[in-house]
Amino acid sequence: MQKRAVVTVVGKDQVGIIAKVTHVLAIHNMNIHDISQTILQDYFTMMMLVEMADKAHLDTLLHAFEQVEQEMNLTISIQLEDVFQAMHRI
Amino acid sequence: MAIAYNEIQETIRMVQMESLDIRTVTMGISLRNCADSDFNKLKENVYQKITSYAGQLKPVAEQVEKEYGIPIVNKRIAITPIAEIIGDATVEQTIELAKVLDQAANFTGIDFIGGYSALVHKGFTKADLTLINAIPEALATTDRVCSSVSIGTTRTGINMDAVGKLGEIIKQTAELTKDRNSIGCAKFVAFCNPVEDNPFMAGAFHGTGEGEVVLSVGVSGPGVVLHALKRYPDADLGEVADVIKKTAFKITRAGELLGRVVAERLNVPFGIMDLSLAPTNAMNDSVAEILEEIGLESVGTHGTIAALALMNDAVKKGGAMASSYVGGLSGAFIPVSEDNGMIRGIEDGSLTLDKLEAMTCVCSVGLDMIALSGEASAETLAAIIADEAAIGMINKKTTAVRIIPVIGREEGEIVEFGGLLGRAPVIGVKPFSSAKMIKRGGRIPAPLQALIN
Repeated sequence: MQKRAVVTVVGKDQVGIIAKVTHVLAIHNMNIHDISQTILQDYFTMMMLVEMADKAHLDTLLHAFEQVEQEMNLTISIQLEDVFQAMHRI
Repeated sequence: MAIAYNEIQETIRMVQMESLDIRTVTMGISLRNCADSDFNKLKENVYQKITSYAGQLKPVAEQVEKEYGIPIVNKRIAITPIAEIIGDATVEQTIELAKVLDQAANFTGIDFIGGYSALVHKGFTKADLTLINAIPEALATTDRVCSSVSIGTTRTGINMDAVGKLGEIIKQTAELTKDRNSIGCAKFVAFCNPVEDNPFMAGAFHGTGEGEVVLSVGVSGPGVVLHALKRYPDADLGEVADVIKKTAFKITRAGELLGRVVAERLNVPFGIMDLSLAPTNAMNDSVAEILEEIGLESVGTHGTIAALALMNDAVKKGGAMASSYVGGLSGAFIPVSEDNGMIRGIEDGSLTLDKLEAMTCVCSVGLDMIALSGEASAETLAAIIADEAAIGMINKKTTAVRIIPVIGREEGEIVEFGGLLGRAPVIGVKPFSSAKMIKRGGRIPAPLQALIN
């Protein structure tokens, strides 16, 4: 079953954030549908809507994100889109 | 319709900054077909049934929590009240059964198993008495088993013989676990008007009207409500109610979604969503602080009950719109040891046992996680239960008592219970005796349902 998920990245703006995060997505074979990104008072915030091809890779994906988080001092989260639908749409 | 940027941010803020979590997914399992005249067979049946139904509960819940990015703090099991299946077993055998439940809980990796219970609001069966007598030892020798006893309902009145007995049981439990701050009592609750589908501990059991197996969910979220209110410092109370309502709606929707996903993956019917706001000792995850945010200098002062009534009702209104199956206790919890604001209120002297009792008139669920002076007598403990049960009986609501007479500790000391159970300042009880009333025993008749004033 294909599901969409929301990836959010927050952290201090620096070179290579998008490159690193999208690289992780690419090696996990996850297609990006939409990206929106802003910089709020030096803080980089990015949200991506991605296609989750296979949930079986979730653990390795989370692990890969963890490494990027540590390396670049970011907070990355990934959540299935349904939860946002449930909370904000009737 | 696509989800807007600020909506995504709101959800993430709730989880990362405001302690939004699912407090518990609780699997209710009927053990009625486990009864057997051979007690060893009964134990085997119980162990097999629990471990086979709930074996996947923890891994599935953990997977769902990962996928949706919302923590599920506890995974729990509620079972048929044990008194209903033990038949002619002895007290020793019933204690053994508690250990079997503990082993099953351990094996499945769940946090608590509730339902070491008896319903005696009208009278005792032999099995009920056996179970009640087994409670102190059972709680002292197990870690994850929770026990509850129903001692009154609006339709039957209050079984004061049972109330008197529970005073002694609580005292014994406290004595048996005195080297651990009498923690055994934290796993026991006395109920008036208990509900059959409560997912919260220590009072969860799988009621007789329930099906074979069911999955229920309890959300948390005082932190989210608190932060939402902080954004409206000058709103009038109607608007405050509205803010709480909208927030409760969102929390409940998230909880129901996750609960349904877990239930579906376990191939178990979804039961109910419990709307209770359940605090934790995490920073700003406090019900007391919500009341203070509404405008009280310290929880317990004049106005506390009005603020609590407003909050509790608004949570229910928002939650009821968000979920089709609301049940359980669905009221604000005010456990003292698990709520930093309540602890502070007692330390500052603004919050007292009497005020806590009054607060339970307008919210679920009763006197919860209150550390009392170890000198409180069994009769005094029983009388506290009787008072609380009377509030529930007359107001047609659930009330509960989970009090911990901490042996060897006196008023003003702080005791640590650890983990989700938190820490609590010891409260003194009144020095005057209630022994004669408790000694009378008997049953307080069911109240009139008309002429209500």
